[in-house]
Amino acid sequence: MTAAARPSPLARAGRLLGDYPVVALLILLVLLVALLQVLRPGIVNERWIGNTVKFAIPLAMLAACQTLTMLTGGIDLSAGTAATVSAFVVATQTPILGPGAAIVVALVPAVLMGLASGVGVGLFRVHPLIMTLATGLVATGCLQVYQRTVIASGSVVPPVLEWLGTGRTWGLPNALVLFLPLAALILWGQGRTGFGRLLYAVGSNEAAARLSGARVWQVQLALYALSGLLAGVTGLLYVGLIKAPSLSLAEPLMLPSVAAAVIGGTSIFGGRGGYGGTIVGALILTVLGTLLTLLQMPEGARRIIFGAIILLVTTLYLRLTDRG
Amino acid sequence: MRGLSRQAWVLGLVALLAALLILTKLIQPNFGATGLESLARASLPFAFATAGMAVVVIAGGIDLSIASMMAVAGVTSAVLMQAMGPGLTVPAVLLTLLVGAGMGALNGLLIVLTRVPDIVVTLAMLFVWEGVALLILNAPGGTATPWLREIILGGVPGLPWLPQSLVVLALLVALVWVPIRRSRLGLSIYAVGSDATAAFRSGVPIGPTRVAAYAVAGLFAAMGGLSLTMSTGVGEPIPGPYLLASVAAVVLGGVSLTGGKGGLLGPLIAVLILRVVRLDLTLLSVDPNVTTIVEGTIMAVVVMLGGLVALRERRA
Repeated sequence: MTAAARPSPLARAGRLLGDYPVVALLILLVLLVALLQVLRPGIVNERWIGNTVKFAIPLAMLAACQTLTMLTGGIDLSAGTAATVSAFVVATQTPILGPGAAIVVALVPAVLMGLASGVGVGLFRVHPLIMTLATGLVATGCLQVYQRTVIASGSVVPPVLEWLGTGRTWGLPNALVLFLPLAALILWGQGRTGFGRLLYAVGSNEAAARLSGARVWQVQLALYALSGLLAGVTGLLYVGLIKAPSLSLAEPLMLPSVAAAVIGGTSIFGGRGGYGGTIVGALILTVLGTLLTLLQMPEGARRIIFGAIILLVTTLYLRLTDRG
Repeated sequence: MRGLSRQAWVLGLVALLAALLILTKLIQPNFGATGLESLARASLPFAFATAGMAVVVIAGGIDLSIASMMAVAGVTSAVLMQAMGPGLTVPAVLLTLLVGAGMGALNGLLIVLTRVPDIVVTLAMLFVWEGVALLILNAPGGTATPWLREIILGGVPGLPWLPQSLVVLALLVALVWVPIRRSRLGLSIYAVGSDATAAFRSGVPIGPTRVAAYAVAGLFAAMGGLSLTMSTGVGEPIPGPYLLASVAAVVLGGVSLTGGKGGLLGPLIAVLILRVVRLDLTLLSVDPNVTTIVEGTIMAVVVMLGGLVALRERRA
């Protein structure tokens, strides 16, 4: 109340962050790029921008799983495993089935994982965090058993995925062909469709949503299946980028995907945020990663920084929404 | 009435454990003192993780960083024992326990001060403690003093069928938990867990109680990390699969995920049950990876059932 009468510069900056998180985040992104340019003059050029975008896209796609589940107050900790599963399956099935069929087959386990999480969260009311952790654990076990059965046939990354993951056209990464329509679809879907609004409704007040006639369990079932599908598609793109399928392929994206959604202004308690901020969050994290590499930061320090960022940003958003 | 039903739950778990042990004996006729001893030793880290998790769940919270804290304690103890030499093992162990309680207290303080839900804070701290463990030791290393390692080896002299590690577990958990349970703090932990608002209105200091509960969890996590170092002889910076296992054991052990109910005995017996199931699957020569799947499924189902029970309690 008193802050509204005479806002301090800090409070005003805070309000800007609260009302237009994307604007504030873009400013932060520009500042980080400027810092990078100061530390290593000449590093920021067309090639570097292309590379940054190329590595930010899989992260932003996996962070879409976190953003959508967080809108309902959930989280999808099995997304990294789902991406790994579909990447591994596509690479090992391509020699047997051919690229087209392998891509379709590879998305099946990812969607099944999402459905399993959705059943646990929606019908049995298990906390999403614990449920998706369990789904991920079971899927990792299944993947190890599966690996034994295909060890003889070898693995091939389909050329179309390699083109998508690593190729460039006019200096821009080809992954944008997949990402731009996908991002547009999510941005349109979250605000303009009934399903998108149901996500916000369930996240802000589940009891109220239920009393207004929303079938919360159906929303959650569909949501986690969608999240699994998105993670699977991310895995397909990522294996094209890395070109070496392994049993822990997408694990390094897992923690940053949560951080990207949180930094992007999506509340981990549900009901607030959106995919626009997440995309900028993914870019910020990718630039931050370059910066930490440049400063020769060890892996341990990186994880500490990721954890600290999640905690700091969540606290900040909580304070900002408390002001009213 | 409620006390009776809780005792009944623990008795049921004991009966289940006994039945599983008899089943083990049937599968593997020469299963005896040695098998029991290695089973108990392998259960130690799981048991300590579960004890820590149980305390915070009773206090109405959850600690997702428990496995990462165990990793920090594991590498800390291994590095300290290597640096300080065998003569100063006892101070090294005490220092590790202090570090554990400190980590837990920091988790609790952050939850109380930031007012961010415990699940988010401990998720963030999961990454932080993982990073700390990697900074202390980048790869498995350090040493464990031989006499310390022998504490959890073999059976109790005179009673060869009673594993020494089981006695160590019972003694340590009792040493920490029984005084707390019987004091004002124990009552506060249950009160905060069952209804924080009611507890606050009755004059229970909510914040300090939460911090204390997380500190106790950190202490148990440090014991878990120590037991890992003691059984392998090196410090391992990558956290093991203790998070989900401890939540599953807590639920199976009769502690309600909504808080305020249950004790430590049930969860500890539940740990042994889950380990015996794994042992039986191995003895039946099931593929180890399939064992992982079965184990994961059992845990998921247990947590799901726990969710259902919590839902019915909330409705009742």
